[in-house]
Amino acid sequence: MATDATPVRVLVGKPGLDGHDRGAKLVARALRDAGFEVIYLGIRQRPETIAAVAVQEDVRLVGLSILSGAHVALTQKTAHALRDAGADDVLLVVGGTIPSRDVPRLEAAGAAAVFPTGTPIEAVVARIRALAGVEAPA
Amino acid sequence: MDHPVRSEAGIPLRPSYGPDDLPPAESIPPPGEFPFTRGNFPEGYRGRLWTIRQYSGFGTAEESNARYRYLLEQGGTGLSVALDLPTQCGYDSDHPDVEEEVGRVGVALDTLADVEILFDQIPLESISTSFTINGTAAIILAFYVAAAERRGLDPKVLRGTIQNDILKEYVSRGTWIWPPRPSLRLIADTIEYCAESVPRFNAISVAGAHFRDAGANAAQEMAFTLMDGITYCDEVIARGRMTIDEFAPQVSFFFYTHGDFFEEIAKYRAGRRRWARIVRERYGAKDDRSCMFRVGCVAGGASLYAPQAHNNIIRVAYEAMASVLGGVQSMFTAAWDEPFALPSEESATLALRTQQILAYETGVARVADPLGGSYYVEALTDEMEARVIEIMDDLERRGGMVQAVEEGYLHRLIADEAFRVDRAIASGERPIVGVNMFTTDEEPPEVEGYELDEEGRARQLERLAEVKRTRSSAEVRAALDALGRAAGAEDVNLMPLLVDCAKAYCTVGEMVDVLKDKWGEFQQPAVF
Repeated sequence: MATDATPVRVLVGKPGLDGHDRGAKLVARALRDAGFEVIYLGIRQRPETIAAVAVQEDVRLVGLSILSGAHVALTQKTAHALRDAGADDVLLVVGGTIPSRDVPRLEAAGAAAVFPTGTPIEAVVARIRALAGVEAPA
Repeated sequence: MDHPVRSEAGIPLRPSYGPDDLPPAESIPPPGEFPFTRGNFPEGYRGRLWTIRQYSGFGTAEESNARYRYLLEQGGTGLSVALDLPTQCGYDSDHPDVEEEVGRVGVALDTLADVEILFDQIPLESISTSFTINGTAAIILAFYVAAAERRGLDPKVLRGTIQNDILKEYVSRGTWIWPPRPSLRLIADTIEYCAESVPRFNAISVAGAHFRDAGANAAQEMAFTLMDGITYCDEVIARGRMTIDEFAPQVSFFFYTHGDFFEEIAKYRAGRRRWARIVRERYGAKDDRSCMFRVGCVAGGASLYAPQAHNNIIRVAYEAMASVLGGVQSMFTAAWDEPFALPSEESATLALRTQQILAYETGVARVADPLGGSYYVEALTDEMEARVIEIMDDLERRGGMVQAVEEGYLHRLIADEAFRVDRAIASGERPIVGVNMFTTDEEPPEVEGYELDEEGRARQLERLAEVKRTRSSAEVRAALDALGRAAGAEDVNLMPLLVDCAKAYCTVGEMVDVLKDKWGEFQQPAVF
């Protein structure tokens, strides 16, 4: 169980070419405020780069944000890249403009959680806490 | 503690306003008179209604061409071309990193061959075409000019707009390629080239809209946009070859209209007055038409919410009305299902009807600036202008927009404001119906959305391969080499060389890579 002395590391980034980063930045900030150590990679990241940084920084969870409609392919590519980098144990979560019919496809691709448009930030943080095994502050 | 009532941008508001709140008469002369607070035209929308310009684009040039021809047959006179992200970021459709993005959010254009299909049987001499393109704007303009010349048309007859505003891409929209300084040079090249060779074409649409959607408030949106406008004008003026009156009429602006009704109206009125004074005082414009602030807008975007999504229809309608009362020249109304997917045909039609009802039924367009002289609206316009000036002064003191971009200062301001608003919505301080009040348990709507046509992508790749097989390698090499040499020189306008590359059927990616070799690539500060 993580304590204040050893914050859990998470990576937030945007694969593909879509530049809409408002949501990714909000989530990154909320996770930091919730006690996570956040590595924010920014936009236009190659899946291989995301995987390499995830390994290098020893993160427990990778959060992708995708609003271009290319979420299924980019999630699959990132999951592959994480496996190729030997980071099978890193949790993958995905948020963005995701129609409900695509949620099962993302889960099949390896997403531990999916946060479609309209998910409150509090719900995102709570779910990531649960996935990462971090207790909410008393 | 007593909290004052504030507008969305934080302007404190009194319970009522009166005659003492009106500005001096010279600040609000009749519509059509400098500094244009009350609008650009004496007759308001009587002379000409605002342009209803709905943004659309489909996966391949063939699909888009069919759609455009349909729109023109229905009496449309303007096209608005959406391009896919690889085209916007300077990658060809066969680049291995971008396969899932080809033809997804707009049409893929790799070479002049795609552009010839896109505009097949469309009379370029009698329509106006707007391209939402920034990083590769100069290349797309070169394609358009080359396509016209291939048909024997003089580019002087071409009408349209390229967005061509790179500064906001570095901060909010993200389709940057090269670093700011060489990008500014290329933009100045397009402005000069259009003024000389394509004079009816708007070389730039300075877009604050994307700052706004990324989180900026109305005052920041206007201030950042005017600063960008100044940066581009400074760049052209510094070359010493053109006066402001020779190119200012080709500069237009683009914003989001969000939900605070009176603040949005005040934003447009304040922006018009500020820009007019900047153009006259900073650049010594002699022609009042150079001082006009020509504005397009979008109603929707980040002001729309996913829960109870049909409520967005009402939000867009109010925003559209505020835009018209603010005096915009063109408008795109977003569809209610925008938070979920690209709009369905039904939701896109409803968005169009929203503007038509506003234009033809409500009567708001009958009289120019109907709110002029309202104690509150005039006071809010003054207050908005004061805030805009304050933000612009801060940016000037910090060394201007390029520095603010390179240092991540703008990224920080916008992320701070986005976070503040998110917290205000979470706490209920900013009421949003269906989100933090009057909420219901409902499943998100099953939207149709747009499924990428895999065959379309295959056709695009085939065509690109075919072009590469049949074009003259010697011509391609010569055109690209000439472009590279000119990019390394200081004083050569690159536009004619890009037109030569287009005619040799060089790809977007080839031209972009030649310039990357000379100029490098932008590295975005990752600020959150």
